[in-house]
Amino acid sequence: MLASYGYGDGSGDYFITIDTDKCDGCGECVSACPAHVFVVVDEDPNDPLREEPVAMVAAGKRKKIKYECGPCKPASGRPTLPCVEACKAEAISHSW
Amino acid sequence: MGGEEKREFWRWTESNWRNPDIDWKNARYITVGIDVGSVSSQAVIMADGQIFAYGSMRTGSDSPNSARNALAFALEATDMPGDRMDYCVGTGYGRVNVPMADRSITEIACHARGANFIYGPQVRTVLDVGGQDIKAIQCDEKGKVTNFLMNDKCAAGTGRGMEVFADLLGVSINEVGDRSFQVDEEPEAVASTCVVYAKSEATGLLRRGWSRERVLAAYCRAMAERIYSIVRRMGVIPEFAVTGGMAKNRGVMERLMPLIGLKRMETEWDTQIAGAVGAALFGYALCQKGKGREK
Ligand code: SF4
Ligand code: SF4
Repeated sequence: MLASYGYGDGSGDYFITIDTDKCDGCGECVSACPAHVFVVVDEDPNDPLREEPVAMVAAGKRKKIKYECGPCKPASGRPTLPCVEACKAEAISHSW
Repeated sequence: MGGEEKREFWRWTESNWRNPDIDWKNARYITVGIDVGSVSSQAVIMADGQIFAYGSMRTGSDSPNSARNALAFALEATDMPGDRMDYCVGTGYGRVNVPMADRSITEIACHARGANFIYGPQVRTVLDVGGQDIKAIQCDEKGKVTNFLMNDKCAAGTGRGMEVFADLLGVSINEVGDRSFQVDEEPEAVASTCVVYAKSEATGLLRRGWSRERVLAAYCRAMAERIYSIVRRMGVIPEFAVTGGMAKNRGVMERLMPLIGLKRMETEWDTQIAGAVGAALFGYALCQKGKGREK
């Protein structure tokens, strides 16, 4: 499942997408992200019959994701994002 | 208290229903799904995965009571005692506060599953416009979510936004759709669907002599464009179906569908019960897997 968390507003779309078929719930993204954007839960609440751990964007971060990720995304030059780099499964992508 | 009650234009019709073709006494599993949304709450009672009864009403001041009331309203339509239920799943915005629920499951999962039931297994894209969020979901032929995107940052373009607007213009929520087509010429969309701005913009337009119908048309158009921007971001795979209360608003729907460029599926069921239907179906699946309540 492609699970997109975030929002769109007049200035653009700000979504982090987690491919839950690739994510194994290892938790590397949780420790790599300086803004504590990710959590790993024991069971995917959007896929209740699966019962495998999976990463999600924490509920409290979804509505302000653009600002949470701000420090990782300077206006010029885009370094590799810590979360994307940490995820060996390549399950994380950003829409902006 | 005396005096005349203030007319509330946003109020939509509450309803309950019982399926005359089903006898609950013959059912192996009775499962209940309760969807407590920010605006409306539904309880669906299923007998072995078929809809036996439901109740749909406005969400009250707190989630536990809204859940109790919706279930009592559904039971009222039946001759079944409330303690007959085998399993109950809560969903929706207030899902963790449904006192009789054995567990809670997200609206995303429940709407996909519910749409699969009320529209049929061909549905691949589900749009749910809730009281205060917009969800776009893709699912497979079993109603399992494959892709989703949810926007709940603000009430723009949601059911709550529409209610505020209907109330402001003094037009009943059930008439918004029809009235919005009573215009000589389709106006441009209002600049913003933001509830706060739309209010002042609408007041301004009325003052400039726009008819209420014209203002409604402009607002419905803006809602359609707002909803489209979210659906487009995820992508639409046919068949396309809409759940939730907004599916009943032709003012928004008939402006949205040309943007998407598809027809939407039709159903005889009340589109507002989709989430609760999905919840009750998950309950049924859990019972069948032997993961129901311990007896
Ligand atoms: S690092 Fe990747 S695989 Fe590991 S929990 Fe995070 S998203 Fe999932
Ligand atoms: S970009 Fe930075 S702040 Fe945003 S999720 Fe990734 S690691 Fe966290």
